Amino acid sequence: MIEGLLIGLTTALSVTNILMVIGGCLIGTFIGMLPGLGPMSIIAIMIPIAITLGDPTAALILLAGVYYGAIFGGSTSSILLNAPGVAGTVATSFDGYPMAKRGEAGKALTIAAVASFAGGTIGAILLMIFAPALSTVALLFHSAEYFALMVVGLSAIAAFAGTGQVAKALMMTLLGLIMATVGEGALFNMPRFTMGMMDLQSGFSFITLAMAMFALPEAMFLVLNPRRADTPEEKSKEGKITGLRFSRAEGRAMLPVIGRQSVQGFFIGVLPGAGATIASFLGYAVERNLASTEEQKEFGKGSVKGLAAPETANNAACTGSFVPLLTLGIPGSGTTAILLGALIALNVTPGPRLMLDAPEIFWAVIISMYIGNLVLLVLNLPLIPYIAKILSIPRNYLIPFILFFTLMGAYIGQNNSTELLILVGFGIVATILRFADYPLAPLLIGFILGRMLEDNFSRSMQLYDGASFVWERPMTLGLLGLAVVLVLLPSYRKRRAAKRAEGVADGD
Amino acid sequence: MALDRWIALVFVTICFVYGYAAYFTMDQLLPPFMQRNPIWPSTFPKVLSVLGILVGSVVLLGLEKPDPNADDSAPEINYRRLHEYKLGQALGLLALMAAYALLLRPLGFILATIGFLSLGAIILGERKFHILIPVAALAAGVVWYLVQQVLGIFLSPLPSFL
Repeated sequence: MIEGLLIGLTTALSVTNILMVIGGCLIGTFIGMLPGLGPMSIIAIMIPIAITLGDPTAALILLAGVYYGAIFGGSTSSILLNAPGVAGTVATSFDGYPMAKRGEAGKALTIAAVASFAGGTIGAILLMIFAPALSTVALLFHSAEYFALMVVGLSAIAAFAGTGQVAKALMMTLLGLIMATVGEGALFNMPRFTMGMMDLQSGFSFITLAMAMFALPEAMFLVLNPRRADTPEEKSKEGKITGLRFSRAEGRAMLPVIGRQSVQGFFIGVLPGAGATIASFLGYAVERNLASTEEQKEFGKGSVKGLAAPETANNAACTGSFVPLLTLGIPGSGTTAILLGALIALNVTPGPRLMLDAPEIFWAVIISMYIGNLVLLVLNLPLIPYIAKILSIPRNYLIPFILFFTLMGAYIGQNNSTELLILVGFGIVATILRFADYPLAPLLIGFILGRMLEDNFSRSMQLYDGASFVWERPMTLGLLGLAVVLVLLPSYRKRRAAKRAEGVADGD
Repeated sequence: MALDRWIALVFVTICFVYGYAAYFTMDQLLPPFMQRNPIWPSTFPKVLSVLGILVGSVVLLGLEKPDPNADDSAPEINYRRLHEYKLGQALGLLALMAAYALLLRPLGFILATIGFLSLGAIILGERKFHILIPVAALAAGVVWYLVQQVLGIFLSPLPSFL
């Protein structure tokens, strides 16, 4: 391993390759800020440039830099505008946006940058140590386990079921799941619930729904109630970027979260198909359950832990997704599939022999991950005050621009103006739902996980010719058990706390 | 009846329609070889519609009592007094977005975007046209250039008759 590291260091530390890392991170961050352009599309756009480089190491380093940059850029729009452009950063907006609304946009962005850095770096270390061994474990995961993993991911909605709101959160999740069944399923090849409309053939698009659920109602609320933006304590902070740093106590609270989530996120990222989205939702759910009752109340209202958890997890998962790509040649996500295409075009075949045939590529990519994460941190920390200034643009200009970018996000993905009408329609529905105090995040979680859930469930049903896989596969049963615990734990803890408060001995 | 229960009523209605479609209209279309599968395209929707009706009814009938200890943060906007807020502006912007969706192709990206950004600001009360129009034009130009030329995603810039 030491030998490999040295090879990697000499390759990655050449001037061109360092320039590639810096360039990739910059491009990724800036394009990633635009909602509608996720890492997948940005990498696809960059492929022609990468191929003309000719050198596979430089090309892979550039594309990996773009990948991290895009994930970080995506969190910026989640935090500042409540407009998550990528599914993996939806969980970031749960606590990041309330924080920005409190006037702590600078701090939120700093936490995101630090958490991403830690997640990415720890992920890279784990990748280095575990890559060869993990490739065999990833193959043990079948569709039954994926189905169970999606169920665990859905348990994240328990976090939004506030007091007396469980039925409402469940209702929104079901609505999300129902919406995910519109269009052609991957397995059935038969249009469902399209009402004969061609535009619905491929279902609703994620980005349209994310914009309609989060960004549009937020903009409408800002329009309806102009004073919303400047309550007394916020007014004093307006224009000034206060609290760029987080306090020592907050740092100490974040530390275990970052530690746990970089490991958990990495291992989820290793599993093909799970990826950054599940990692971020699960990270959020797990951290909320581990937090004390006092801290749990903060979740969803701008909790430091609630922001650090998904940010760490999604970056660690991005790194983790390189394990199956580099060791088995199996792309675990859309993004790594595009990377695989680029590698093959450059005459490199990832797989078990990559480490033997071209060790310099394997190790240089790992080294460039460290450098990339460092570059992202160094590059972004000084930029944060300027990025956060976006929020101090006069309201008359800011709101039309937010609306314009949500429209653009929905449009450039599909190049279809019907999508824009769908966006406006759902935006109105989402605003009304918010009037009635329905949580909207569960709807989006249900929508994102719904299709994967159904596909994996149907696949395992077909393989086992029935639902016997639930008890025949111990790993599936274990994961489903975990989901039950995650859903029931909060109410159990609450009841126990209530009993304690009454002074009734509980036996523990 | 409060708004949240009206919404639950709408949701339950949607679930009934959805369930009807899943139970009575989907299975006839299934080719015979797929009927041997343990799971059909309608299976998941059938389960969802039943669950949806159950959960929706819980909200509709108000079975779940809100926790008395809840720190009931007042809703950000009281919908019963909606007319006291800037409803006109909000509706104006929504109409403008719909108009943008319909006019994007016929007018071309540049013209439609300049129109959208400036009218949006005018609806919100901006009156400094000498700043507004150049800013809108600049933004439209820059975004078009970035998307079309740098990223290579096609956006027709000019009206369709040109």
